[in-house]
Amino acid sequence: MMWRLLLLASVLLLAAVPQESMAQGSGPTPELANRQLTNPAQEKAATQVMHALRCIQCQGQSIADSDAPMAATMRAEVRQQIADGKKPDAIRQWMIERYGEWVSFEPDMKGSGLLLWAAPLLLLLLGLFMARGLFRRKS
Amino acid sequence: MIAETGLAALWLAAAMALLQLVGGLTLLRGEGKLTPLIKPAALVQGALCVVSFASLMWLFYVTDLSVLLVASNSHIDKPLIFKLAGTWGNHEGSMLLWVSVLSLSGAAIALLEKRIDTRTLNATLAVQAFVALGFFAFLLFSSNPFERLVPAPVEGAGLNPLLQDIGLAFHPPTLYIGYVGLSVAFSFAVAAMLTGQVGPAFARAMRPWVLGAWIFLTVGITAGSYWAYYELGWGGWWFWDPVENASLMPWLAATALLHSVSVLATRNALRAWTIMLALVAFAMSMAGTFLVRSGILTSVHAFAVDPERGSFILALMLMYTSLAFLVFATRIGTVKQGEPFQIVSREGGIVANNIFLSVILAIVLIGTLYPLAAETMGDKISVGPPYFNKATAPIALLLMVALLLGPMLRWRRDELKRHKYWLVGFFAISLWTGVAIWRFVPGVGVFPILGLALSLALAIAAWVPLKGRKLLRTPLPVFGMVVAHFGLAVSVFGMAAESGFSRETLTALAPGESAKVADWQVKLDDVRPVVGDNWVAIEGQLIARNGDKKFILRPQSRQFYRPEQQTSEAALLTRWNGQLYAVIAQPDENGDGRWQVRLWWKPFVTFIWFGGLLVALGGAISLLGRMFRRPKKPAVNKWAQA
Repeated sequence: MMWRLLLLASVLLLAAVPQESMAQGSGPTPELANRQLTNPAQEKAATQVMHALRCIQCQGQSIADSDAPMAATMRAEVRQQIADGKKPDAIRQWMIERYGEWVSFEPDMKGSGLLLWAAPLLLLLLGLFMARGLFRRKS
Repeated sequence: MIAETGLAALWLAAAMALLQLVGGLTLLRGEGKLTPLIKPAALVQGALCVVSFASLMWLFYVTDLSVLLVASNSHIDKPLIFKLAGTWGNHEGSMLLWVSVLSLSGAAIALLEKRIDTRTLNATLAVQAFVALGFFAFLLFSSNPFERLVPAPVEGAGLNPLLQDIGLAFHPPTLYIGYVGLSVAFSFAVAAMLTGQVGPAFARAMRPWVLGAWIFLTVGITAGSYWAYYELGWGGWWFWDPVENASLMPWLAATALLHSVSVLATRNALRAWTIMLALVAFAMSMAGTFLVRSGILTSVHAFAVDPERGSFILALMLMYTSLAFLVFATRIGTVKQGEPFQIVSREGGIVANNIFLSVILAIVLIGTLYPLAAETMGDKISVGPPYFNKATAPIALLLMVALLLGPMLRWRRDELKRHKYWLVGFFAISLWTGVAIWRFVPGVGVFPILGLALSLALAIAAWVPLKGRKLLRTPLPVFGMVVAHFGLAVSVFGMAAESGFSRETLTALAPGESAKVADWQVKLDDVRPVVGDNWVAIEGQLIARNGDKKFILRPQSRQFYRPEQQTSEAALLTRWNGQLYAVIAQPDENGDGRWQVRLWWKPFVTFIWFGGLLVALGGAISLLGRMFRRPKKPAVNKWAQA
């Protein structure tokens, strides 16, 4: 855990790099990066989306937890799209198209991702299968 | 000279370990000439490791800068406590601590263990020495803590000021001691397989080590979680980060092992099962060390990225676990099926516990390693909190359901209808709570609702095993079990309340302006600069009001120099029913004199860690009971459990 601080430090150092050098982070922080949407239901949906997106400038944080300028831009984008009435899943797809699969903390339920999502059930069945020999039938 | 003494002691200790191992190998073909040497060698090895570790500690105490490790990790002006903690606050020192605790455990077994036969005892010490040898080799060949530095520097490089935190000084060793305890359990398990003594005596000898390891892991994870929560300023308490997962996996395995070893000790059932869990627990603690030390996974704790050392630990891990599973595969046929039982029985409940915990463990393992596997196939994907939460929460809830009933069942066989009033009662409490929340609080997710409902039922169910007992004559381990299960209910209650009912407000305030979060009215009273030892900060003074009560919070945004870094120091206001969490950031960029303020109200969030500590306390009560109570007649106590 202690190493988080080291990382935080490096992230912040990165953040301190002049912003012109970062294509997406240029200009002042967008308004919606650190402002909540006025509609609580919309803000809640936006927060969920933000927690499921990785800050691609940092090591392992979601954009909701990051102070990097890139994450701020992405937060603003998420809030804007939610305010425009876009569905959370569509926003996720939009982000994946722009930044690749890496940006989503939640693997898609297709291809090898399907295995990941089926794992809990498969493992549970495997456990029951392994345990079946232990029990004695009622006499 | 001190450094050379320490190094010499380390080499000699390694030689003792080798002697133990050779003695153990001769043991495989009957009693060998070297067999009687195993016990004394274990004692000497323990003593030598103490000498070695004490030498290193002395070097840090006097800040001997001619030693590379001291020069690069300490500073002449550092406070004494952090000089001493610096001994293990680095890679080499922490590995020396690892192997020293391992050797001391070996010596303790040699000295104190009377429950198992000499042959199994000797085999245990030999396996223990085999594990230790790997780490001795690691230290001596790739991480020598006593390496000299010529010429010696004048003042030392120091330790990152942020890491000079008393909690951080003791967090890593806590986890390490837990890992070492699991390696002792591993040695017992392998030895018992080799000598064919997998039975209650072996289980009773192994149990205190599992219990001890588990207590340390529980405390370590709880403390680490709270530290991340207050120090990072993001309001979260668990991030499903690879390094966090690396500490969670051994804990899950240890928890499962702790339960199944009680069945083996009390009822002589679940033999192969217990051995298997002991091997898995050790593999997970090695994997934990490997994941943390190698930096192979992208982690918020990116540090100590050292491929050479990482590969060394990986090689050790693969060697030990594959050898152990080889022994398992060849010897498990000789381990007889344990005593039979029916599904509805205490054993059945513990099998459910084992299955659910193992499934959670497997999900965490797969989810942590999956991105690595995908990357070798050319896919760069992430697996993060949304997956882990959704995949593990249902299993964790099933585990809680099993826990409502399990501890009140009889050994061997029981009838559900004997417990129908309790069952109906628990169901009614859960249903009533769940429906009430669902009906009256809009927008709470299904997992938080179920978590709250089940934790309330469990908070009552946990005490049922004490019903009808004379409290003064109840064995301590029963109290331990009750407290630990109650602690789990408390912790889950906190988690569910936090995730279902937290309120967040993000705002920009000028001095004099207010914001609202949950029932709190928070006014930014003033912002002023503050100067510390090696930092400057802006400090906000917030006045929080709830009804007539008024509180002051002072979050800071700190700018450190040498090394230059910026951190948020969150301000926390703790009430009995939750915490108000405030963070202030550098001025708003629009330049209108406002300050970025982030506020959370987190209901009952402290229950998460109080619950964790209660769980550890339950473990400690059990351990006391196991250590100081000599059973007059062999285990017939009905509720006896870990």
